[in-house]
Amino acid sequence: MRYELVCGIETHIELATNTKIFCNCTTAFGGDPNTHCCPVCTGQPGSLPILNKKVVEYAVRAGLAVHCKINNISHMDRKNYVYPDLPKAYQISQYDEPLCEHGYIELESGKRIGITRIHIEEDAGKLVHENGYTYVDYNRGGVPLIEIVSEPDISSPEEAKEYAEKLQLIMRYVGISDCKMQEGSMRCDVNVSLREVGTKEFGTRTETKNINSLNFIQKAMYAEVERQTDILEAGGSIIQQTMRYDDVSDMISPMREKENSDDYRYFPDPDIIRFQIAQEKVDEIKSSLPELPFDKLTRYVNELELPETTARQMFKYRRVAEFFEGALAEGASVKNASNLITGTIYSNMNTEEDKELFSVLISAKQFGELVKLLDEKTVNFKMAQSTLQQMLESGKSAGDLIKKEDLAGISDDDLTKWCQEAIDANPKAVADIMAGKDKAINVMFGHIMKQSKGKADTKKAESIIRELLS
Amino acid sequence: MREIISELSKKLHSGEMSSVELTKEYIEAIEEANGTINAYVHTTFETAINTAEIADKMLKEGNASALCGIPMTLKDNICTDGLLTTCCSKILDGFKPYYDSAVWEKLKANGAVLLGKTNMDEFAMGSTSESSCYGAPLNPRNTGHVTGGSSGGVAAAVCANMAAYGLGSDTGGSIRQPASFCGIVGLKPTYGAVSRYGLIAYGSSLDQIGPLTYSVKDAAIVFDAIKGIDKRDQTSKAYDYGNLLEGLTQDVKGKKIGVAEEFFEGIDPDMKAQIFEAIQLFEKNGAEIVNIKLPALKLALPVYYIIACAEASSNLGRYDGIRYGHRTTTYDSIDDMIYKTRSEGFGDEVKRRIMLGTYVLSSGYYDAYYKKACIIREEINQEFNDIFAKCDALIAPTAPNTAFPLNFKGASPVEMYLSDICTVPINIAGIPSISVPCGKDAKGLPIGMQIIGRKFAEATILNMAYFYEQNSEDKVGNYEGGVRI
Ligand SMILES: [Zn+2]
Repeated sequence: MRYELVCGIETHIELATNTKIFCNCTTAFGGDPNTHCCPVCTGQPGSLPILNKKVVEYAVRAGLAVHCKINNISHMDRKNYVYPDLPKAYQISQYDEPLCEHGYIELESGKRIGITRIHIEEDAGKLVHENGYTYVDYNRGGVPLIEIVSEPDISSPEEAKEYAEKLQLIMRYVGISDCKMQEGSMRCDVNVSLREVGTKEFGTRTETKNINSLNFIQKAMYAEVERQTDILEAGGSIIQQTMRYDDVSDMISPMREKENSDDYRYFPDPDIIRFQIAQEKVDEIKSSLPELPFDKLTRYVNELELPETTARQMFKYRRVAEFFEGALAEGASVKNASNLITGTIYSNMNTEEDKELFSVLISAKQFGELVKLLDEKTVNFKMAQSTLQQMLESGKSAGDLIKKEDLAGISDDDLTKWCQEAIDANPKAVADIMAGKDKAINVMFGHIMKQSKGKADTKKAESIIRELLS
Repeated sequence: MREIISELSKKLHSGEMSSVELTKEYIEAIEEANGTINAYVHTTFETAINTAEIADKMLKEGNASALCGIPMTLKDNICTDGLLTTCCSKILDGFKPYYDSAVWEKLKANGAVLLGKTNMDEFAMGSTSESSCYGAPLNPRNTGHVTGGSSGGVAAAVCANMAAYGLGSDTGGSIRQPASFCGIVGLKPTYGAVSRYGLIAYGSSLDQIGPLTYSVKDAAIVFDAIKGIDKRDQTSKAYDYGNLLEGLTQDVKGKKIGVAEEFFEGIDPDMKAQIFEAIQLFEKNGAEIVNIKLPALKLALPVYYIIACAEASSNLGRYDGIRYGHRTTTYDSIDDMIYKTRSEGFGDEVKRRIMLGTYVLSSGYYDAYYKKACIIREEINQEFNDIFAKCDALIAPTAPNTAFPLNFKGASPVEMYLSDICTVPINIAGIPSISVPCGKDAKGLPIGMQIIGRKFAEATILNMAYFYEQNSEDKVGNYEGGVRI
């Protein structure tokens, strides 16, 4: 029997607002337990939630970035369930009136993965197990989340990974979250079912919860597909259940089942009035969106004529792209600017995170000025690199550094003078050159570089030498 | 009719007596009578004296408000920073919030002196205050009878002159009905007129805080001090009520008063006679009586119990013994701890309403109960809207009966729920209503009359109540005990 995979992904993303969704507590990660808390986010009796407008704006931003329709009127619901990390015994979420609906993400293949809905909700606290006791830390309680629900359009583990990767990139780009899977600011629940090729009906699905890396999405799916295939081939049937993926053993296993099936008893939260997002506001947010990452990639390749590998090295990091484009705006050339970024600047950045943060001491304008010196051949590439390195360390401008260390451009007169000296001092090399041994010219360069303290443009020097000898 | 706040305020402002002296009088009265009446469940005498000293300073400096230095009380479900707030439930045993409710914050800024927290039905669920974990308060008018509920302790304390005024909460009649049983005034403001921040929730879309006082003018003074929008309560609203005290003109000429026969069905004939006498007084003074119909009234009770219980089942989920209040002593797992804590901590009536609420929200029943109740709620609102297009106010009894005898065993829970028929429609519609004393029944127990208004028409109903109070014979009178200054 041949089976095909049907998969949908639910993604929770923590929004990067400064304050929580229903109170003014900070959303900063970490902090001593229960220090980022107040009566509202610890569910003290008598406290009331106030919906943070920024959260709604961020969610609208997220929705627009993946082509969703925004519902101008929306409301919050209570999702009732009992767990110690949930201080009110209900999570304020959205049930039947989500903020965003009907979007999609396009894969490299051109296939679109539908996005059913995006809604806003609050995060829960965290249980900490220590010395045989269980403690609860509510710092994370009330941190705003969006839940992005995909259509069951995904049909391979590779597509699943690509979907999540693209989602992560887009959400980072529009600045609504840092989407760090290890820190839990992006978490994926993957729904997997199999069906016989050619049939239309869905098979029974399982849900693998809280996957915290892109690679594990793929691995967990392979493990689950194999497990389900084995069961079906043996004539068994799949049980609808929640699974857990263990990345150390690469094993997938069912989570402990609750005795009762969940009935969340959703109902509209009476403490939060229905809210409106005016179409003007939606339009305003839409016009404030940056160029989306894959549009940018296409433009870099097609319009800027960057090699695809170089374009891919840069488009992923919004700050890098902004820096690059800032330099171009200063009049810098595409080629030299991109080479210096992926060469010199990236050599200072070892991790993806460094590139994501792209914290550099110089401005795009300062960088552009340097690239222009290179473009005009006032400095050669080697010197541009070393000057850039010094700029990155000191935050100074190219002009300051080159003047100060006497690295200003070499005049044609000086260069001609040094070339003549080199000719005069190396008659054998001159003879070799005249005899067609091109490598002999390197002997001349030794003298010229020494005189120019390494800053002479060798190509230019070569042409002068050849002219003098002709 | 004593206008206690005005009288005391005059004495304090003129320096005839100090707030500390006055506070001591009240403390003495409470110490003397509370053993019998059981109005207070937590007293805060030390803090009271301290605040009274501060109030005396404010009074000396001038610019003090009418409420400065006047001793009062709060229902035990209104949060007070560092002071016990237990909803008269074992599950909140020892609970001291670390924040003030919005209303207490406002009164405190006015120099109010808090004597303590008063008795109530557990989590405000009840009509007699007998479901309190501290035992029922007794009706000072006749200690063989209940105070009504759920704000029974506030009503008893104010009635027995153990507080100059108090704040209660009203979800389905919990201010108005005990006020009527104890022969005092109770105002349930418009939903959203007073911030609910710091009021421990029962039915969030129905709950509203309001004053219980001896006189209408007192109620106006207190309402004036606590009303207003609060950025911590999204459901609160700003509204310009005009000058509420200057609005007490007693002029009712041309006012259209609606009377719906549905409110009077099956009530005691004595009671009906007294209330119709009151209606005639309005008519004699230039008001116009309009007979109206309110067919949705009979649906109000089921709608109320479905919505209030649904909201309560969710609001009360947080009492799990983890963060505050009661926690069971022995347990073998977290689930077991929560289960035992809740089983021990909640009383029968609270459990009954949590179960009812859980049921009406569960999948498969939601549409038939909760959703339908919300639809009918809209219909009830529409009926009231239609009525208020024709009338300025409605007059109705506050309750179909006067105070029940204590431990009234004759009634099943459902029969007790029926006694809320006159008050719950008002909460469903979110409109304001004031209960004023309106004579006594054959047993000598006070009768209450409701004057119901449009949303945010507190000024209108306060003036009409004031007219009635000033122009009718005071058959209920003042309680002959407690502080008599
Ligand atoms: Zn908070």
